[in-house]
Amino acid sequence: MSQSFLKGLDYSVVQQCMHCGLCLPTCPTYDATKLERNSPRGRIALMRSIADGQLDATRAFADEMYFCLGCLACMTACPAGVNYAELFENARAEAEASGVLRSPKRNLIRNLTLKWLFMDLNRLQLAGRLLRLYQQLGLEALVRRLGLLRLLPKRLQELEAMTPRILPEFSADLIAPLTPAVGHKRYRVVLLTGCVQDLIFSDINRDTVEVLSRNHCEVVTPQDQLCCGSLHAHNGEYELARQLARQQLDRIPPGQFDAIITNAGGCGSHLKHYHTLLGDDPIYRERAAIWDRKIKDIHEWLGEIGIEPVQSGSQNGQFDKVSDKVEDKVKDKVKDKVKEEVDEVVTYHESCHLTHGQKITRQPRDILRAIPNLKLVELPESAWCCGSAGIYNIVQPEMANQLLERKLKHIQSTGATTVATGNPGCLLQLINGAAAKGMNLKVVHPITLLAEAYRCSAP
Amino acid sequence: MSLAAAIPAALTRIAGAANVLTKQEDLIPYSFDGTAALRQMPGCVVLVTMREEVAAVLKVANETKTAVVTRGSGTGLSGGSLPTPDCIVLCLARMNRILELDRANLTLLAEPGATTQAIADAASAAGLFYPPDPGSMKISTIGGNVAENSGGLRGLKYGITRNYVMGLEVVLPDGEVLWTGNKCVKDVAGYSLKDLFIGSEGTLGVITKILLKLIPKPSARKTMVATFGQIVQAAQTVSDIIAAQIIPCTLEFLDRTTIRCVEDYAKVGLPLDCDALLLMETDGHPASVAEEADKMLQIAQKNGALEVRAAKDDAEATRLATARRSAFSALARVAPTTILEDATVPRSELAGMIRFVEEVAQKYRLRIGTFGHMGDGNLHPTFLTDERNQEEMHRVEAAFKEIFEEAIRLGGTITGEHGVGLAKKGFLPKFAGDAQMRVMRELRRVLDPSGILNPGKMF
Ligand SMILES: Cc1cc2nc3c(=O)[nH]c(=O)nc-3n(C[C@H](O)[C@H](O)[C@H](O)COP(=O)(O)OP(=O)(O)OC[C@H]3O[C@@H](n4cnc5c(N)ncnc54)[C@H](O)[C@@H]3O)c2cc1C
Ligand code: SF4
Ligand code: SF4
Repeated sequence: MSQSFLKGLDYSVVQQCMHCGLCLPTCPTYDATKLERNSPRGRIALMRSIADGQLDATRAFADEMYFCLGCLACMTACPAGVNYAELFENARAEAEASGVLRSPKRNLIRNLTLKWLFMDLNRLQLAGRLLRLYQQLGLEALVRRLGLLRLLPKRLQELEAMTPRILPEFSADLIAPLTPAVGHKRYRVVLLTGCVQDLIFSDINRDTVEVLSRNHCEVVTPQDQLCCGSLHAHNGEYELARQLARQQLDRIPPGQFDAIITNAGGCGSHLKHYHTLLGDDPIYRERAAIWDRKIKDIHEWLGEIGIEPVQSGSQNGQFDKVSDKVEDKVKDKVKDKVKEEVDEVVTYHESCHLTHGQKITRQPRDILRAIPNLKLVELPESAWCCGSAGIYNIVQPEMANQLLERKLKHIQSTGATTVATGNPGCLLQLINGAAAKGMNLKVVHPITLLAEAYRCSAP
Repeated sequence: MSLAAAIPAALTRIAGAANVLTKQEDLIPYSFDGTAALRQMPGCVVLVTMREEVAAVLKVANETKTAVVTRGSGTGLSGGSLPTPDCIVLCLARMNRILELDRANLTLLAEPGATTQAIADAASAAGLFYPPDPGSMKISTIGGNVAENSGGLRGLKYGITRNYVMGLEVVLPDGEVLWTGNKCVKDVAGYSLKDLFIGSEGTLGVITKILLKLIPKPSARKTMVATFGQIVQAAQTVSDIIAAQIIPCTLEFLDRTTIRCVEDYAKVGLPLDCDALLLMETDGHPASVAEEADKMLQIAQKNGALEVRAAKDDAEATRLATARRSAFSALARVAPTTILEDATVPRSELAGMIRFVEEVAQKYRLRIGTFGHMGDGNLHPTFLTDERNQEEMHRVEAAFKEIFEEAIRLGGTITGEHGVGLAKKGFLPKFAGDAQMRVMRELRRVLDPSGILNPGKMF
């Protein structure tokens, strides 16, 4: 007998939607199909039908819950305060518990990834090392050249192409367990290095530590970290998510730090809700509440403490010298020209879980604006999902690609040569998308740009 | 008896299998519209994109005497697009192209599924203006707007949907296509059938094209927020402004409960320590805007306004109007079920009507939040209740009845803009009187002899 997550939910959460439809135009899946079932309002109606006992968790229901991106744009749009995030996680858990999606292949993949790989960082790193070896030894090139990939089913071939480049070093190789603050120490913080982030974007973790240290934070970076559990919660593995949260609280006692920093939008959005996750756990409940208060996205934290100004880079310095000597008119012309040369035009793509999940929209832009020689241009539909959505691009490639195309088109329309975004999933999605299109686009985390700027200007 | 299997089969031949929905999980999301506490499963849903498909669907329905409920975005507030048992829901959301913008004649031709917002944007991009702006404009369809003759925030000065409809293409129940109206400013050839279809709530034909009038964009606007310690002061301000022969574009009202809910959602800095708030906007020539704004300020102050604040720029003005549009949904933050009223009275009776509503709420021990188009005499007292509380729902019904009767007594109407649908059906005969009811019934019989269009709605 399977447990019903939706029936167990507080009914006020289920009942909160008054079906006004104001969320519909912000929902990427509804926008694509104009089917009510693919809209937040329609999905909530299905969830409510289950809670009311009028519908079983059928295959079609489960499929619908996995067609939803979980981007939470509907939550930002909803004036009635519907907690779609909670509904969505419970609905996916319901779908999993019902077993309607079970198949030997799917079970194997889920057992291997969610239940084994992502439950332990050592296993993940081992997998990362193997993959790195495959890429470094030139095996990848060889396999590709020999056309061995053709032996794989088409979907696997596509996935192979999407496999991210594993960086030569993990976070622990790059970052000391304790990094002192530059100059006067004002805060003591701990950095969560993440799981995927640690494998493929360990350099962003290093940049984050540098930026924190430059802004008067002593940074603790524990070596043996865990996955935050967001992948599990978003994919219906509620118990595993709780298990990971407890372990996390054991390893990183929140009381010891001024802030617990995450630089991955998707993780942060989940990390801020450990208290909801463990609310019924008498041992962990209180610690989880402190944890939730201390968890800060890096942009949010820097916004709170204020950042040290960045001196403009060396090129600009040269220009000042030149300009002193030339006449005003010429000076303007030269200025324009130099400007063209030094200005990097950057646009900002909002990670769904940073903007909709955590409502952090202003701070990353402020950070980008604070960097000299960088010109920020707004991205049309910046808060529209890029299709990455956790593992959505793997399980729903068609919709994910449509969204990616749309995003890249908008990026191109800005004329920017760099796009900044604060979540590993989005970074990967955009890197792969730009590569596939042969676009000359730098895809970076905003904090990397800030770290680079600090490096160019002495403390 | 359920829908005969032959119907979906016939619809599939017309629209293709992918566009005919019959599964429970597909239908549940179409079993309601924006109206509280109404639910009914349809027999099937068909999504069409062409007039020819609409005509073919209606022919099948007419021959088999199957009910058809036309649907735009399902935001209606009187149950207009609520399915009738075993009906075909004819959904036009995908039939949403804007076909022509005629700059020489200042007209726009659109398909019915185009959203109000898309039309306003298209007009604006051409430097023109489509004024009707219902609170639901981001998602409501122009077809739905015409079928409900919707109003909006700018009704006071610019009128309602009817004032902008120049022509309609309508498919009649037997599949015949009718055009009424044209691009001429004047046209008195025959009865104005166009006006008959405006506000017909899907009972006389299916609108498949709409020719709209556009006007030049006003060159300036000024938006102000005035707060009051008492609701009657706000009402008096409105009466005085109109008596001073000023017709501002917007005079919107929010009471204390609504202000809190809206601010909680939109965070636009509304003052929370007042019992009434007026959102006032004047637009037009810069000189007259300045003069009118000044006079309105004085009138508000004379009536004891606590504070009058002007929006500092266009962006803030838009934010304020957007926040106001979320009022109805935002009220759902504080109660599981929100049932709103739409009674409208001549503006001279406004203060009396407001007092009456307050008394009724007290008498029946009901919580209300009131907001609305005060300048139009059209307020939306909204009962904050719980549909699962049977006893309270009876009190809500009794309160409604008294409010309607009072509105009629004061020379008002039972619905200013949301339509009759199912919600007001019981009150229409008394309001309209025998002669009108007879003519309306006969008209409907002539146009829809088999009674297939939205049966049971309106009367
Ligand atoms: C938050 C919110 C705010 C609102 N604010 C306002 C407001 O300020 N002013 C206002 O007037 N209303 C308002 N409404 C009510 C509602 O949005 C309007 O009535 C709107 O016009 C409905 O459009 P729709 O596309 O959702 O139509 P639906 O709800 O789908 O249908 C409405 C009616 O029109 C019929 N219909 C739809 N399309 C066609 C067609 N092509 N041919 C024939 N019949 C058709 C349907 O059968 C039904 O009877 C609001 C609603 C909400 C939820
Ligand atoms: S989720 Fe919110 S915005 Fe969407 S229909 Fe429900 S109440 Fe309206
Ligand atoms: S989470 Fe995103 S995809 Fe899912 S219903 Fe909300 S807006 Fe749509």
